[in-house]
Amino acid sequence: MEDEVLKSGVASGRVQKMTALIVDDNRVNQTIHHRLLQNLGIENQVVGNGKEAIDVHCSGKNFDLILMDLDMPVMNGIEATRKLRAMGIQSTIAGVSSRSLTDNIQEFIEAGLDDFQEKPLTIAKLVSILRKVQNHNN
Amino acid sequence: MLGLGADRLRADMNRLLALLFHQGVLDEQFLQLQQLQDESSPNFVSEVVNIYFHESEKLLRNLRALLLDTELSDYKKMGIHLNQLMGSSSSIGAKRVRNVCVAFRAASEQNNRAGCLRALELLEHEYCYLKNKLHELFQIEQQRALSAGIRYPMQN
Repeated sequence: MEDEVLKSGVASGRVQKMTALIVDDNRVNQTIHHRLLQNLGIENQVVGNGKEAIDVHCSGKNFDLILMDLDMPVMNGIEATRKLRAMGIQSTIAGVSSRSLTDNIQEFIEAGLDDFQEKPLTIAKLVSILRKVQNHNN
Repeated sequence: MLGLGADRLRADMNRLLALLFHQGVLDEQFLQLQQLQDESSPNFVSEVVNIYFHESEKLLRNLRALLLDTELSDYKKMGIHLNQLMGSSSSIGAKRVRNVCVAFRAASEQNNRAGCLRALELLEHEYCYLKNKLHELFQIEQQRALSAGIRYPMQN
């Protein structure tokens, strides 16, 4: 129900159109997360690792939300989050990982996350993240 | 006549899905995928599952190659491949495949080659079963769509 409220809000212009960056090396997750966001009217881009996330920001792009995976080749989610915060990026960064909070996600959170959700990402989990983005923007 | 055929096929689909849920082959995450399918993306589930099959088969080949390397089994690399397979299996609701990956990963963390070999055999078996059943599901869905007069592109 909440996702319908959000969708209609975006469609009517009551809720400002959000943008998101998906940072994940897994093609299945990239496809699902892209569709989840698209269904909620959120323009989004996909990159395959932390370094590509940094590069996209260095090219001048900015996003309301970054969905950051933890385990990725080249540059993982912890390092990418730290670097983005050091660059002054204030977007809402939500860590999404198949590892649970009991698996010592502390380092990931301390790198600068605003939220953490255990995969698989569902509509309900995404709506919860988006509420944080809206609060952050307000 | 056409309507009755589509209804019968829908019933077949629901029965197969119920069986797969009952067997623990699929979990509620598969329903989440179905919720993302609509008129603007009518083949979303089969598209994602085909990506899953393609990626999983690469990972399974890599795991087999790593284990059959008699000189040195790279357990760290195995762990990386297993994390990938676990992640994507969770994301499509492939519960039994995911659970075997967990057991496989535990064996690889103990450098237990025999345990890993057993787990790999079981993983390949579970994966094949899942693939066959999902292919069956998508075939019924195709037939139902044709029967109901809806045109979908054919899936390989």
